[in-house]
Amino acid sequence: MRHLMSPLDFTVKELDTLFNLASDIEKHPGKYAHVCDGKKLATCFYEPSTRTRLSFEAAMLNLGGSVLGFSEASSSSAAKGESVSDTIRVISCYADICAIRHPKEGAPMVAASKSLIPVINAGDGGHQHPTQTLTDLLTIRSLHGNLNGFTIGLCGDLKFGRTVHSLIRALLRYNNIHFVFISPEELRIPDYIIDELNEQNATYEEVIKLDDVIGKLDILYMTRVQRERFFNEEDYVRLKDFYILTKEKMDMAKKSCIVLHPLPRVNEISVEVDDDPRACYFKQAQYGVYVRMALIMTLLGLEG
Amino acid sequence: MLNIGQIEEGFVLDHIRAGESLDIYYKLGLDKIDNTVAIIKNVRSDKMGKKDILKVECDVEMLDLEVLGFIDHNITVNVVKGGKIVEKKRLTLPKEIVNVIKCKNPRCITSIEQELPHIFVLTDPKHEVYRCKYCEEKAVKRI
Repeated sequence: MRHLMSPLDFTVKELDTLFNLASDIEKHPGKYAHVCDGKKLATCFYEPSTRTRLSFEAAMLNLGGSVLGFSEASSSSAAKGESVSDTIRVISCYADICAIRHPKEGAPMVAASKSLIPVINAGDGGHQHPTQTLTDLLTIRSLHGNLNGFTIGLCGDLKFGRTVHSLIRALLRYNNIHFVFISPEELRIPDYIIDELNEQNATYEEVIKLDDVIGKLDILYMTRVQRERFFNEEDYVRLKDFYILTKEKMDMAKKSCIVLHPLPRVNEISVEVDDDPRACYFKQAQYGVYVRMALIMTLLGLEG
Repeated sequence: MLNIGQIEEGFVLDHIRAGESLDIYYKLGLDKIDNTVAIIKNVRSDKMGKKDILKVECDVEMLDLEVLGFIDHNITVNVVKGGKIVEKKRLTLPKEIVNVIKCKNPRCITSIEQELPHIFVLTDPKHEVYRCKYCEEKAVKRI
């Protein structure tokens, strides 16, 4: 039985197969409308996450299956002190596959070790969020054409953002990708990620201003810069505009550049950018459903 | 000069960094057995300046010394039989250690589920890095 704990659990070849399936689902949704008839997905969310949970539920419903679960720990047996191991043993009796989100890091792995059904890590604290990374990879593959040979700018909070760390690690398995890290000094990419880039002989550069590099990017991956991450208000006020993507900044970008964001957005992408055809963050959310559909089918061993 | 008698069968753990013998005593579970154990601290050493030595009188099959490779693979393990050293064991880094150290990450699942074993996996043999199996937090070797 297969689980998904980390985006690196799948080999590049397995990911190719998964993304091919997701692309086919995108093109021929009707073909897959009943592949999960009679199957149930349990969404066990120990902390609230509307988007991820709904994306999983939409994926299962699109496949003809049904969903059950809870959306916060207080409405589950965890509130009575039940362990994750016990909960998953019980859920295994009710559902065919389970997506679990938990504030404690490693909780989905504990669940997987005791489960009788496939378990998907839907986010465990600041540790892993593999289906977001799969979503990002599928979006890049679909909109850029492939996962090799491009310049990607990652902009914003590169220190604490698990989404960014996870995406970099996943992209390091592909070829000829140039990384451009755009962040304030306080939020620069951690040294251990830089070490991994050096070990793999990946090319990268670190800059403070988005304006300086936006013209050379094929992909711009925006993240939120939170005020509370700065040591003082003065620095925040001085730097915050560097990381807000505006129509003027988009004028400097390539015509083929695609803009991604894991969402939710606050103010780091001006709403006027939404109408730009290069703004692909809402399409990205749609790809999140396709990739979860493909993942559910793969882990359940189903074919279209 | 302090004299400590020879052992007939067991282990002499030599070249322990000064001050660490008591940690090793507990990590090997020597506090839980009823055998003769000598803890010798701050012995003069040409190589190390000061060192600790542990002598354990026991059946040589009785102790799992794999954990020593995690603590310090420079420790010399002398196997004694019939009052003589019959083997000097080379220590290697164990691939996995269970319930030797605890994960210190407050966000780790082990912080709330007490029955879970604390498992650390060797992820980078070159730099001797162990990480928690659950949350991937880097191990802090010394307690």
